[in-house]
Amino acid sequence: MKELNFKPAKTLLIKNGRLVDPSTNLDQKVDILVRSGKIEKIGNDLNADKTEVLDATGWVVFPGFFDMHAHLREPGQEDQETIESGCAAAIAGGFTGLATMPDTHPTTDTRSVVEFILREAGKTMADVTPVAAITKNRRGEELAEMVELFAAGAVAFSDAERSLGNIRILRHALDYARMFAVPLIDVCEDAALAGEGLMNEGVMSTRLGMHGIPNVAEDVVVSRDIHLAEYTGTPVHLAKISTTRAVALVRDAKKRGVKITCDVTPHHLILTENDLVTYNTNFKVKPPLRTQADCNALIAGLKDDTIDAISTDHSPHAPEEKEVEILVAPFGSTGLETAFPALYSHLVKTNRLSLERILKKLISGPRNILKQPVPALREGEAANLSMWDLEAKRTFSAESFYSRSRNAIFLEKELSGVVKAVLNKGKIWQP
Amino acid sequence: MKDHLLGLEYCSKQEIEKILKTGFSFKEVLSRPIPKVPTLRGKTVVNLFFENSTRTRISFELAQKRLSADTVNFSASSSSVAKGESLRDTIRNIEAMKIDMVVVRHKSPGVPYFLTQCTDASIINAGDGLHEHPTQGLLDIMTLQEKFGTVENLKVAIIGDILHSRVARSNIYGLQKLGAKVALCGPPTLIPVHAEDWGVEVFYDINEAVAWADVLNVLRIQLERQGSGLFPSRREYAQRFGVTREKLRKVDKDITIMHPGPINRGLELEHDLADGEFSVILNQVTNGVALRMAVLYLKSGVGS
Amino acid sequence: MEKQNYLAEIVDANGMQRTLKRLASEIVEHSGGAENLVFVGLHTRGYPLAVRLKAFIKKEEKIDVPLGRLDVTLYRDDIHHRAESLEMQVTEVPVDIDGKIVILIDDVLYTGRTIRAALDALVDMGRPAAIRLAVMVDRGHRELPIKADFIGKYLPTSRGEEVSVKMKNIDGEDGVYLIATDD
Repeated sequence: MKELNFKPAKTLLIKNGRLVDPSTNLDQKVDILVRSGKIEKIGNDLNADKTEVLDATGWVVFPGFFDMHAHLREPGQEDQETIESGCAAAIAGGFTGLATMPDTHPTTDTRSVVEFILREAGKTMADVTPVAAITKNRRGEELAEMVELFAAGAVAFSDAERSLGNIRILRHALDYARMFAVPLIDVCEDAALAGEGLMNEGVMSTRLGMHGIPNVAEDVVVSRDIHLAEYTGTPVHLAKISTTRAVALVRDAKKRGVKITCDVTPHHLILTENDLVTYNTNFKVKPPLRTQADCNALIAGLKDDTIDAISTDHSPHAPEEKEVEILVAPFGSTGLETAFPALYSHLVKTNRLSLERILKKLISGPRNILKQPVPALREGEAANLSMWDLEAKRTFSAESFYSRSRNAIFLEKELSGVVKAVLNKGKIWQP
Repeated sequence: MKDHLLGLEYCSKQEIEKILKTGFSFKEVLSRPIPKVPTLRGKTVVNLFFENSTRTRISFELAQKRLSADTVNFSASSSSVAKGESLRDTIRNIEAMKIDMVVVRHKSPGVPYFLTQCTDASIINAGDGLHEHPTQGLLDIMTLQEKFGTVENLKVAIIGDILHSRVARSNIYGLQKLGAKVALCGPPTLIPVHAEDWGVEVFYDINEAVAWADVLNVLRIQLERQGSGLFPSRREYAQRFGVTREKLRKVDKDITIMHPGPINRGLELEHDLADGEFSVILNQVTNGVALRMAVLYLKSGVGS
Repeated sequence: MEKQNYLAEIVDANGMQRTLKRLASEIVEHSGGAENLVFVGLHTRGYPLAVRLKAFIKKEEKIDVPLGRLDVTLYRDDIHHRAESLEMQVTEVPVDIDGKIVILIDDVLYTGRTIRAALDALVDMGRPAAIRLAVMVDRGHRELPIKADFIGKYLPTSRGEEVSVKMKNIDGEDGVYLIATDD
């Protein structure tokens, strides 16, 4: 684990970078002058006396990314991640904002925990928006004090990693949430159907001797949630969908005008169940890695905007928890630091998705769902941006992370795209 | 390069044939007045059993003793694993005591592979979860070779709980590599998804399986499966899938019966069939020791 | 420069036939008859030699000497130093050797280590009245205190040389050859 050393960004002239911002249809080589945390001027051959100059020749400049599904583990499991280290990992991955999931200890189901998270986040370079629990202790029995949580700063509600098993409570939560029109985020897995499953149910689970989690465990919940969103009129966001059928169900629902959104993780777009052949526990994730056909369906879903956002599902776990036999290892992989390089290497460079599409799903997609302001590379906007050398390659080693954990699904894989600088909240970080 | 036995899926036909041939040589050794050879003198083998299995452990232990290896038994109940020590720490500790081979049984699939990543010793899989039990697969094939000369084109039906069976998986891989034909028979809830991708026939009617097969390899039904809703009752299972004389009488042929043990008599196998003229169940047990000697000998690093 | 092998014929086919005949009669004479004998031929070339000796005794004495074969791989003291696990060959000794005179038969006696392994193996099979050793060639260079009781030919050699005993029942010809390299 490394320390993230950021400093105040005074006046800074970024020279010769290629600015790419899908929200303003910008893609050109142009200079930016940043003063007092704001983009003062964008133009060719800018000059400013006595100004620090950052030579961005050969780099691209994007608005900062936003991860709407990160587990920062604090309060409760600070050995795995803290708000500080999780935000450091986010910045190192080009994410200037993130939403924290409520599966903390204690659960993010009271005003004091929400305020604690926001207070800690204030010391970091990232914008942090807490997601609070739908039910007390995420037990799925009684609603949490959603009005107070919303007032304290919660931007959405979710029982994180537990789909609400009691469908009547879910219906009540959706009705209740109509008061503030924020989405309920559901992780789509029927616990009984998933059973003791460790990976996708299919050819590989049969071969490797592991219990499977069938597609249908996800599909029935997606279908149920769509019906409820339609019935109650409250927006529902489906977190990290992974199956062909889920994409199709959401596509149909959107056509009918149902207030439904969804996201997908980089690993579900890139990796498959075949990657479990060495029983590497970093590949044990939820939902499980599916098949190439599912990857293709998810990519198609991004192309036609059925899928609104890409989230990392950053899930840090201590080595003593994760470096064990696959039967007992917890589900999840870290993702903030590797997300963009993985997407760029496996999807953009291979011409499966355009850079512009990926950027939309990392910048505006998640912020729109959570009603957060979308940064833009425009004069007068806050300087919220990241810079990358897309030609450079790097291999993430266990020691190279800013996260406190190293259970990265893209560990030891060579990826293109190296972050060069990130600006946010009037601060700058350079590796 | 250390040589391991992780599963028959990863073995070539030649490798399987070599182990089987060596197994028959060791069977001769076991018939001598002193059924013991000094081959692995000075080699240390640890039997690392995280799951109880008296039979497999005794078979391995006997094989080790007959090869003059020094053996240590480590079982989860008597160890620090119960106290929360990680598998990696356990194996590192044992390795620090200078060992040459580890025979491992664990309820998590992939543990033998995991161990190859954290120790230099040769790893022999004695059963990993639902994945593989390669020495059982090999000794089953050895028993069939002994009886039929070759398993090529032999029709073997595996009956019972295929879903939870590592024995079935190792048998399927091994038998198919040697040219046998394999069928699976059991209630659909106990047949894994995509089983047909193994190139096996699937029967839900045991009478069809019996009519098709030369050999029935009858698996043990774990009684706790009934509680998880996979089949309604012992009674219905025994009636529909139990191997009985009556079902065998419907076909006019000799059929060979195998069982990896321990047997639930009266459930998957009618009481006296296990001891009857068709049964090679005790041959399996005898061959188990010889076959495991062959595996230990070939993988012991007598090479390095 | 490339190594060059050259061959010298030490014993020809006729000589081999005479030697085998002499060895067979020495064994019978020394053992006071052929009734109590058991032949055990070592893998790979001791066994065919034993087959030949047995045939001579059958012809002269009208007695079928029980014949077994022995693979000593599992008893070798160099097994841990070999590059690969050795493939095991058939071992079968068809009679009880308790109280018998076992004639251990091999083609060439060299360091004595194979014979040491064979003695261990035989001892595990029973308690013979005696074990004697018959070889076609004794080429010297012993590393253990072992000597043969019946020897076809003494052949002083250097360690770089090889001795090859050919037998017509497996090689199609009889003869003993010395193979050497020129360095």
